[in-house]
Amino acid sequence: MTTNHDAHNGAPVSARLGIWAFLATELLLFGALFTAYAQFRITHAELFHQEHLKLNRMLGFLNTLVLLTSSLTIAVGIAAIRRGLQKVLKICLALTLALACGFLFIKYLEWSHDFHQGWFPRTNLFFGLYFMMTGLHGLHVIAGMALMVWLLIKAQRGAFSAEYSTPVEITGLYWHFVDIVWIYLFPLLYLIG
Amino acid sequence: MADHATSSLPGDRGYLSEQGWRSWALTMDHKRIGVMYIWTTLGFFVVAGILALLLRLKLLVPGPALFSDHTYNVLFTMHGAMIIFLFIIPAIPSALGNFFIPLLIGCRDVAFPRLNLFSYWIFVAGILVTVGTLVAPMDTGWTFYTPYSTRTSAAVTSLSFGLFLIGMSSILTGLNFIVTIHTMRAPGMSWYRMPLFIWAMYATSVIQVLSTPVIGITFLLLAAERVFGIGIFDPAKGGDPLLFQHFFWFYSHPVVYVMILPAMGIVSEVVPVFARKPIFGYKAIAYSALAIAFIGFLVWGHHMFVSGMSTISGVIFSFLTFFVAVPTGIKIFNWIATLYKGSISFDSPMLYALSFIFLFIIGGLTGLFLGSLATDVHVHDTYFLVAHFHYTMMGGTVMGLFAGLHYWFPKMTGRMFNETWAKNAWWLVVAGFNITFFPMFILGMQGMPRRYAEYPAKYQPLNVVATVGSWFLALGVIIMFANFVRSLRNGEPAPDNPWRGLTLEWQTSSPPPEENFHEIPTVTDWPYGYGNRNEASRDH
Amino acid sequence: MPYPTILRASEASLVSHDVDAVFIFILAIAGFFFVLTQGLLIYFAIRYRKKKGVEESTPYITGNHALEVVWIVIPSLLLVAIFAYGLTVFIKMRTPLPNATEIQVTASQFTWSFKYPDGRSVANELRLPVDQPVKLIMISRDVIHGFFVPAFRQKQDVLPGSYTYLWLLPKRVGTYDIYCSQYCGTGHSLMRGSLIVMPQPQYQAWLAAEQQKQKAGAQSPAEHGKALFESAGCGGCHSIDGSPKVGPTLKGIFGSRVTLNNGQSLVADEEYLRESLEEPNEQVVQGFQPIMPSFKGSLKQDEISALIAYMKTLK
Repeated sequence: MTTNHDAHNGAPVSARLGIWAFLATELLLFGALFTAYAQFRITHAELFHQEHLKLNRMLGFLNTLVLLTSSLTIAVGIAAIRRGLQKVLKICLALTLALACGFLFIKYLEWSHDFHQGWFPRTNLFFGLYFMMTGLHGLHVIAGMALMVWLLIKAQRGAFSAEYSTPVEITGLYWHFVDIVWIYLFPLLYLIG
Repeated sequence: MADHATSSLPGDRGYLSEQGWRSWALTMDHKRIGVMYIWTTLGFFVVAGILALLLRLKLLVPGPALFSDHTYNVLFTMHGAMIIFLFIIPAIPSALGNFFIPLLIGCRDVAFPRLNLFSYWIFVAGILVTVGTLVAPMDTGWTFYTPYSTRTSAAVTSLSFGLFLIGMSSILTGLNFIVTIHTMRAPGMSWYRMPLFIWAMYATSVIQVLSTPVIGITFLLLAAERVFGIGIFDPAKGGDPLLFQHFFWFYSHPVVYVMILPAMGIVSEVVPVFARKPIFGYKAIAYSALAIAFIGFLVWGHHMFVSGMSTISGVIFSFLTFFVAVPTGIKIFNWIATLYKGSISFDSPMLYALSFIFLFIIGGLTGLFLGSLATDVHVHDTYFLVAHFHYTMMGGTVMGLFAGLHYWFPKMTGRMFNETWAKNAWWLVVAGFNITFFPMFILGMQGMPRRYAEYPAKYQPLNVVATVGSWFLALGVIIMFANFVRSLRNGEPAPDNPWRGLTLEWQTSSPPPEENFHEIPTVTDWPYGYGNRNEASRDH
Repeated sequence: MPYPTILRASEASLVSHDVDAVFIFILAIAGFFFVLTQGLLIYFAIRYRKKKGVEESTPYITGNHALEVVWIVIPSLLLVAIFAYGLTVFIKMRTPLPNATEIQVTASQFTWSFKYPDGRSVANELRLPVDQPVKLIMISRDVIHGFFVPAFRQKQDVLPGSYTYLWLLPKRVGTYDIYCSQYCGTGHSLMRGSLIVMPQPQYQAWLAAEQQKQKAGAQSPAEHGKALFESAGCGGCHSIDGSPKVGPTLKGIFGSRVTLNNGQSLVADEEYLRESLEEPNEQVVQGFQPIMPSFKGSLKQDEISALIAYMKTLK
């Protein structure tokens, strides 16, 4: 290609617009699951109450803290690179990645406990939705981690600066979205029966 | 508008110069990606069309014939699923949209060219996965209603993943177009100077981005239902089969506007060019596209009046449904008014555009019977419905696509097609279409249900008429495609602006150079300034 | 068989006429707009076609607000009218009919099963008396089906796991098609049935005959016998609880030793009981009068067997 698209002066605007449109898509993806949750919580209130007590609230709460912290670290990273602080960015990305790993590890502990107890997606509607929702969210966390690794590699090569930080910014938006989804999932699944 | 005509040297193949498979498979040129979409989608149009001919052939007789009832069910499922997901959704947006959005707004490519190529290849990956399901062919109908789809032995799970990928491609394409239209218009092209095709594509892209994820998650849930048994759609586990239908139609209703809006956009481009008149009511047409997109999200329940949904929901959905008719009517009236006092030449793009209007009026008006609660109960799930959606989708979208293919063929290929043969094909297509599908309205009114491999003998005469009509239709399409294929090599070289259009794509060479415009044009007026400005005051 | 096209309104059921009226109302409006738009389209296309050799000169018309308001407002009002009319008939369709006979409809791949209030189940054939409201209570055993009677202009999906309902009021005698309208698998197109609407007297006669037949066939012999015991009036003379009435009690009769009024004694086996029904006064139990009528001829052989089977249960 002869055209240098990066040179187009609208690039940052287009990237931001693109990620917001993508997040709108993501919102509707999870929106359908939340709709299913709402319907069955009304029609099967008793079941949902009984089953949600089986989940480990402490681990859920811990995971909420972990993910919130990771949102903070990536936000700090973005603020840093806007001022050109590459080293801070790298530290923040690494921290975010580590926290995401921690989140998944805790999730793994929860799931293996569930399976050990004989609670599977087919057990009942509540667990069907629980595994579906946390599973889809988990996939988003993994996708986010892949992005962090990619950003770290690029950052290592010094790709980002105060002038150019678009990939970091849009990944940050994505990561906040993943965080927000969890902020809804946690109370709906663990706290409100 | 400044004249940027870049009359190329004879024999200059523009963006088509580069040869070899890599120049296509790895291209980030929106035009080449558009061309790949055209071949892919038209390929499935042909396959699905052959399946339709087989279905019609079996329906010549009411009893068992030709192949088993199960095969019939498989064939109509494949016909529907292919036409919807592999042809009609991507046909105009991904194919012609990719090629012409940057050309019509005067830029060199879409906003994210790499993402664009990626979209194409996950589309292909999705197709490969769905083709893989032929080992246990689907027999669920393209609607995949649960719990049938969770129980059948067909390969529903892998099909779900295939369609999920195709949906992802659709989302990313829509996202790409939204950003392109927002950020990459040529200098001077304000929103109200955009061609109406762009308005239509903008509305379309918004629908794609907002509705497709819901079918995506629905397919995932369907797969999870079959693999893990989560039971959300299974009444035996306390789940709700109607929830599947709500999810399904939350996508599949808006998506009919993904199919029809771009075709309306093409008609809005073609009619003024060949009537030599400014488009009548530009803003009304532009805003009605957005209105259709918006209202389209609120009416999915009109597919479910007899599904067991509550009466009050039916009433609300019916009421909202009628408001889709208003913006649609606006467009129809505006196109007709554009013809008034024009100087109309009947070249093949115009013939297809006019037949779009003619057939879509029938499709739209018969929609009133389906939107009204009392009459829908009777005609729902009958051949009346089949006729209605073929009048809107084939009489509408496909005619719009054909109009677009003829209109832009010279630009895309640098060749003219044979106009006489194009007209001959048009007669056959339009006549064959009406003979095929009009009898289905009557069959539906008489109560013949859809998806019937065998039917009571009293319905036979009209079925015979429909089947015979399908042969004329097929012949017309064959002639049209033969004309295109022959003209690819042997057609007369096309001038830059064979139809004397004012939109930007006509200001570059045919075919366009790789970078579209040697110099990005500056826009100083709207693109419909046909006619004598002294003869009537401007009311735009 | 009556198969009215839509323009000749169907009188087959309570709502069919109303549905057709809505249909014709919409058809009139649609027809008007069809003629208006297609007429203008074709007229303009011909009238303003490009003429050879004439310099094209078209006016620069970009819109007309008054006209646009007209073609937004008028269609909108008509659309509301169509909605309202369709709504009223829909409500009528969905309003429960009082005193409706309840019939259980069970759909399965690929059969309709209709269960009448008297407990009989019939596959793929539903008989109804004319002018008698009916409530169909429908459920599916497997996938979603659709209960559709075109002549009645009525349709309702049948779901697994929850009931759906349909109220019918047949108004005209005849045989009508029942179709499955929701795709349900390989045999979907053969999942058809008949709805037979009969005049009241014929329906009652049919009903009685069916109930009779059912007693012969569908039930176990003992159940059948119990029904016959009641319908033939045996209980008038014979108790089943051990107390003597005009005749001896039938409690524990089978297999018991019986002393006859001639002094003989025998075991009451099948053959004895059969003879007692056909020639009741040949071997009369001691202490009772020979007054029992013979049922020879009035009870068929299988009915006698059924009664005997019933008597075996009276322990």
